[in-house]
Amino acid sequence: MAIRVQRADFDPGVELDRFCTGKTNVGGVCLFVGLVRDYMGHDPQAGAEVRAMTLEHYPGMTERQLEAIEAEARSRWPLDDALVIHRFGRLEPGERIVLVAASSAHRDAAFEACRFLIDWLKTKAPFWKVEHTPDGDAWVDAKESDDKAAERWLK
Amino acid sequence: MKVLYFAWLKAKTGIGEEEIAPPPGVATVGQLVEHLKTRSPGHAAAFETLSVVRVAVNQDYGGLDTPVKAGDEIAFFPPVTGG
Repeated sequence: MAIRVQRADFDPGVELDRFCTGKTNVGGVCLFVGLVRDYMGHDPQAGAEVRAMTLEHYPGMTERQLEAIEAEARSRWPLDDALVIHRFGRLEPGERIVLVAASSAHRDAAFEACRFLIDWLKTKAPFWKVEHTPDGDAWVDAKESDDKAAERWLK
Repeated sequence: MKVLYFAWLKAKTGIGEEEIAPPPGVATVGQLVEHLKTRSPGHAAAFETLSVVRVAVNQDYGGLDTPVKAGDEIAFFPPVTGG
């Protein structure tokens, strides 16, 4: 289990390789990578152009919440391992923001836990995005769709 | 107690962090908010719409009824938008 909150980029290939190495009891690894989009909202035609964004976070609480989210995933699925990497600072379209991965003996647990990790992280980890557009800076509003995605996992 | 502000709450108050000695009678987050609002027009603006403000007490999510005491770290911020 590992949590990393960092300004620097990460290499998903290297992370995946490291995550898989030495595991002989694992049948499936699921890995999700989130990227910066170049438009605001859901509609690429209607949304303003995003030239970059800056992610702010709450050092200390971020790690604490990510650890709690990971512990929750482990309590729900028989996971072999889990990994969360989240970046902060200024990011441009196409750059990687987040990586979550889960491994288990069977693929169902790996898929579900991976989805759970990103859904819960989006509504619980203290990160905030401000988008830099040609019209100025705008703090991103929390999305109802993200709340809905997280609510699916409420017991 | 230490009070932290993030995202647009930081922009509106103009500060990221301040040390507060709250007056007697401030025992909950809600009471602290009422006190903080009086500190500056920026504070009042930051807390104008509480439905879009979240709070953490000692790095755990809380609400307006959550108790606060000397030595606590209390953070105010908008709903989170990571991932």
